[in-house]
Parts: sequence; structure tokens; C-alpha cells
Amino acid sequence: MPKNKLIGGALWELYSQKVNERMRNPNNMGELTEEDAKRLGGKLVIADYGAESCGDAVRLYWIVEPKTDKILAAKFKSFGCGTAIASSDVMAELCVGKTVDDAVKITNIDVEKALRDDPNTPAVPPQKMHCSVMAYDVIKQAAAIYKGIDMTEIGDQDIVCECAHVSLGTIKEVIKLNDLHTIEEITEYTKAGAFCKSCIRPGGHEKRKYYLEDILKEVREEMEQEKKASQSGAYSEFEKMTIVGKMKIIEKVLDKNVRPTLKKDDGDIVLTDLKTENDKTIIVLSYAGACIGCASAKTMTLGFIEEILKNELSSKIEVVIK
Amino acid sequence: MKKVYLDNNATTMVDPKVLEAMKPFFVEKYGNPNSLHSFGAETREYMKIAFDRLYQGINASDEDDIIITSCATESNNTILKSIYFNSVLNNDKNEIIISAVEHPSIKNTANFLEKLGCNIKILPVNKDGIINVNTLEQYLDPDKTALVSIMWANNETGLINPIKELAEFTKSKGVLFHTDAVQAIGKTIVDVSETPVDFLSFSAHKFHGPKGVGGLYVRSGVQFIPLMHGGEQMGGLRAGTVNVAYVVGMGLAMELATERLKYEEKEVRRKRDMLEEAILSIPDTFVVGKRELRTPNTILAGFRGVEGEALIWELNQYGIATSTGSACASESLEANPVFVAMGIDKELSHTSVRFSLSVFTTDEEIEYTIDKLKKSVERLRNISSSYTKTSYTKGGENA
Repeated sequence: MPKNKLIGGALWELYSQKVNERMRNPNNMGELTEEDAKRLGGKLVIADYGAESCGDAVRLYWIVEPKTDKILAAKFKSFGCGTAIASSDVMAELCVGKTVDDAVKITNIDVEKALRDDPNTPAVPPQKMHCSVMAYDVIKQAAAIYKGIDMTEIGDQDIVCECAHVSLGTIKEVIKLNDLHTIEEITEYTKAGAFCKSCIRPGGHEKRKYYLEDILKEVREEMEQEKKASQSGAYSEFEKMTIVGKMKIIEKVLDKNVRPTLKKDDGDIVLTDLKTENDKTIIVLSYAGACIGCASAKTMTLGFIEEILKNELSSKIEVVIK
Repeated sequence: MKKVYLDNNATTMVDPKVLEAMKPFFVEKYGNPNSLHSFGAETREYMKIAFDRLYQGINASDEDDIIITSCATESNNTILKSIYFNSVLNNDKNEIIISAVEHPSIKNTANFLEKLGCNIKILPVNKDGIINVNTLEQYLDPDKTALVSIMWANNETGLINPIKELAEFTKSKGVLFHTDAVQAIGKTIVDVSETPVDFLSFSAHKFHGPKGVGGLYVRSGVQFIPLMHGGEQMGGLRAGTVNVAYVVGMGLAMELATERLKYEEKEVRRKRDMLEEAILSIPDTFVVGKRELRTPNTILAGFRGVEGEALIWELNQYGIATSTGSACASESLEANPVFVAMGIDKELSHTSVRFSLSVFTTDEEIEYTIDKLKKSVERLRNISSSYTKTSYTKGGENA
């Protein structure tokens, strides 16, 4: 456990200077009216998100130019703690000048990053992240109102946590963007599961359509598959390579991952041949130096080399020692 | 910058007189009171004085015990876990009744024991935020209930429970009664000769003593199983070398707290009321709990449209220290449990700020606080989305 956690109470010290400044003097706080819209030649949009009973509520005002969909002005009002005020302020600022479609792409992370004093230190502690997540939801709401469509058409609006009003889409996105591993982390980032806890797993106060445990499991599996898919992309490339290309890349792997180990014992290895049988690549190697006649050369060392080549290049590889 | 401390239910300043009394026990008189030699004997004399002061403070009889602990949390843990070891594990009685507004040191300990097989029943408060005897009657089962634990005064609201009646009823059913009196000492009369509690917890730092020392009162003849096993300190009821300086400090702090009760009742109450009136003069504010039912130093106020943590942050900018049970300020993110227990509108449960005064709070500090509080509420309501909504609706109705 970090020392600060043992000491406790450090919440406010973890706010960035920018957060403090914006809490004190939010630049974009206020309202926009029909008169403002007329003056600027745009359409007024007012969107609400969150609820006072959940501890945070924000209202976003936009004036959008109908021809270009460009956001000409943005203001906010917020019921919430200081970080909610600060993040809403940045959120409004980030909207100005963007088209509605581009504004929808603003994420919680964008808002939080804009509040950092230095790029590597988070602007707010993890349990405060939900404030900026909410900023992102209110933008989606505003975009839906502007386009006269339902919010579900912009983002997935299946609500997982009714108390904090957190959607399935938000939860999935937050897990992926932040590489979250636990329910506690999801709660810290989104507030989902913080109140009645019904949405964490079955057996709570009320029955839910979605549970955080299942969503987390599903998204993690998806992420694993995506990771694998990106790796298999590498081997499918290996299989498609020419013989010369294959030899070059095998040499590279041998240089990087195999030879340094063999050289510690004054051994070495030479790539002598390369064949394709069915869809398998057979790599023929011969030992050199101290490896010649070494007792484990044909067992353990061979296994070690084959494993490295398989991991790095393709599972469809067989290594033969000449 | 001016500094005003209005978070005395969290902890208090050590009274300079208390500090002076503690000083000799670090360098000059550092003996262990359990030692036989002169160094031990010397500190023992001061331990006796301190114990006399503690016993007098709560009017305990010589046959009763006051066990020195490290804090009220330890005292509370000792009693709840003792019930588990003594009753639940022996298949005697397996039920503990606590109130819905207990401090985490009771609530979370009870939750822990529930996992070990103890049955925990939670008493709801009435609309005034008080536990009444009728409710306890419905919950208590003399065959199953091993312990009733109800706090004397609540830390958030200052609401005082009718401990005398609750303890009398519980005793009449042959059930043990514990009270967490942390917020009561120095604020209201705590007299165990008139109030038949079996166990009572208190903590020095809530009444201008040092942090890290507390007490557990145990009525004569009542058994419990110690939490700390080890040496023979406290007659074997709480092992661990006694922190003489802190016990001396707590003894004097207890004496001073008792002496200052009248001042608390009159002057602290007057200052508190002054602040409370000012809060209520701001539109759309409320204070939790009837004034006559509360300790004289506490206000839990709600400001419609203003999130609690935002307000305490703002007040802190002016050097004013207050606290909030608001979810935003804590890591748990849960709404204020006292509000939930009292059935207060969910929308208001995030707007609460606690002001708690002490005998050291001055009129001038209260005036400064009132001025800054009004400014802060106005600024935050100006930012607030929900307050505009409220006012808008009202305007609509009038038109």
C-alpha cells in the first residue's frame, strides 16, 4: 500500500493546480439564452445529465451553427464537488470550435488530461474520475438533442447502474481505455456500483439486466482476443513472406533472443536451410562452437530455440537440427 | 490567512493546560507504572490521580472499571468482539443490536462479525433521528440478543439518544448494554450511576485531550474478553504498556470537560445558535434534527443546490475547517448514512456540511464564518445547475 494511503485524507492535495484554479474561477460557467443564439446566428441546445440525488448533475449549453454543425459557444452549470465544476469547465471549453460530431469524441480522459499540470501526473485522484466521465455523457446528450435523435443512437444507452446512471457503453469504454481489471476500479472511474450495489453481481436489492462482473469479464476476454488477433497478424505476415524475407527475420530473432544465451557458453548456431511442407515452415539449424557435442543440445536447447521462434514468428514452425 | 476550526467532532485542540500536565512524563518521569522501582512508583502516583479524575468525570463507582485503551474504536471493538467470543462462539446468544447511525467503529465491526456468524440487527431512527425505546422493544429478543449498542450522541447530527431509558429497558430484559459516548463527554452529562449501561466508550481527543488514548468503562461484575492479550497491565484486561503521559492528559481533560459543562451548555450553545440562525436565514437551507435534541456544539446543515464537498472546499479557501458526510469527500462514494437512516430526501443528502464548535470557539470566529459562508453559498448556487432549476420551478409557480 502506498504510504499516502496509510496516512489518508490526501484527497484535496491530489488535485492539480489547474483543477484548483478552475474550481475557484470557472471560465465557462453560466447560461446561454435564445438571445445569445440569435446574436451568434446559431441554435441553442440545453442538455442535462446526472442527478442531484447521485451527487453530481451538469447542464451544458451550446450554440451550434446549423450549416456547419460547428459549436460556436458553450457554457455549463453544475451541481457537484469542485472537480465536477473544474471538469465541466474544461469540457465546455473543449467543445467550442468543434463540430458536434467531433465534440462527441471528447472522452473523460481528454477532459482529465486537459486538467493535468504535467503530462504524467493525473489531475484528480481515481475516485474523482466519474466527474469527467459525466462531462462526456452530457456532450452525447447535447448532440442527441441537437440532432433530434435519441441518445441511444449516438452511444449505447443501456443503463447498467441506475443510481449513478452509467451506461453499458461508458463502462465498456472506460474498461478498455484505462485497462481496468477490477470492479473497484470501474466504480472509481464511473461511480457505477457505488450506491445500491445491485449492478455489481446478481443477488442485490434488485434484479438487473447487466452486471459489472459479467461486463468486466466479457470486455477483458474481448481485449485478450484483440491482443491475440494483433499477434496473429504478425504470424500471418511471416507465412506470407518470401524465403529470403523469412531467413532475414529468423536471423534477427536468433541474434536477439537465442545467440546471446548460447554465447555465454561459447556456443553458436547457424541457419542452414528453410523448407515449407504443407503449411509448416521447417527451419534447419546446425550448432557451432561449444554447442557441438553438448549433451543438452538436442533436447533442452532445441526446445528453447523452437519455443522462441514459435512465440516470435509463428506457431506453425518446426525446428530441425542438422 | 485567518484560521477557524469548526470540526471539533472530528478532533479537538489539546488544551494547553493538558499539554503542560503531560510534559513531565517524557523526559523526567518516564518510568513504567507497572515497574516496582522508584521510577515506576513515581508515575503510579500520577496514574492514580488521572484515574480518580476519569472515574469522577463519568461518576463511576470504585468497584467499576475504566480500562485505558488506545482510542474509542478499540473500546468499541473490544466489546463487540467480546460478545462474539463469549456468546456467539459458545452457542449462547448470537445477536447484536446496533443503531442505524452508529460510527464505523461499531457498524463495520458488526459487519465483520456478521460474516463470522453473528446475527446483526439494525435499529432504525425515528423521524427526529433518535432511537426510541418502542423501536428497541420490537427488535430485542431476550433469548437471542447478547448485546445492544447505541451511541449516546451522534457525531454527524449531534442528536442525543435517550440512553437512560434505552439502557434501563435493555437491562430489564437481562441483556447487556453498550454505548459509544465519544460525542457526549464534555457536551452533555454522562453519569453511569444514573444510567445503567454495562459498557461505555470514550476518547480523549474529542474533549481537548491527546489523540491515541481512550477509555472503556465496564460496570462492576460484568465480564468481557480482552481484545489485547499480553502482560498484566489493566489487571490483564488490556495488555500493553500504559502511555502515562496520555493517561495523565486524558484525566485532566476529563476534569476540565466536566467543569466546563455549564459553559458548553450556555456559551457554546449561544454561539452555535448564532451560527445556526444565520444559516437558516439563507434561503433554502435546513438543519438536521431539533435543536433541543442535539449536543450544544453541532450543526448539520444542508444548502439546497450546493454539493457538500464543494462548500467545504470553498470554506477551506477562507481558512474555515468544516466537514461533510457527502459522498464526494470520502472514498466510499456512498450517500450520508445518517441522512439515509433519517429518510431525508435523497436529493439533499449530498448537500450537507457539519459545523462543530468547541469551548475555544470565539464569537468573532462565528461572525467571520457567517460572512464567508453566505458568500460561498451564493457563488456555488450561481454555478449550480440544480439550484437554477429549483428557482425556475418556483418562479413558474408564482407566475
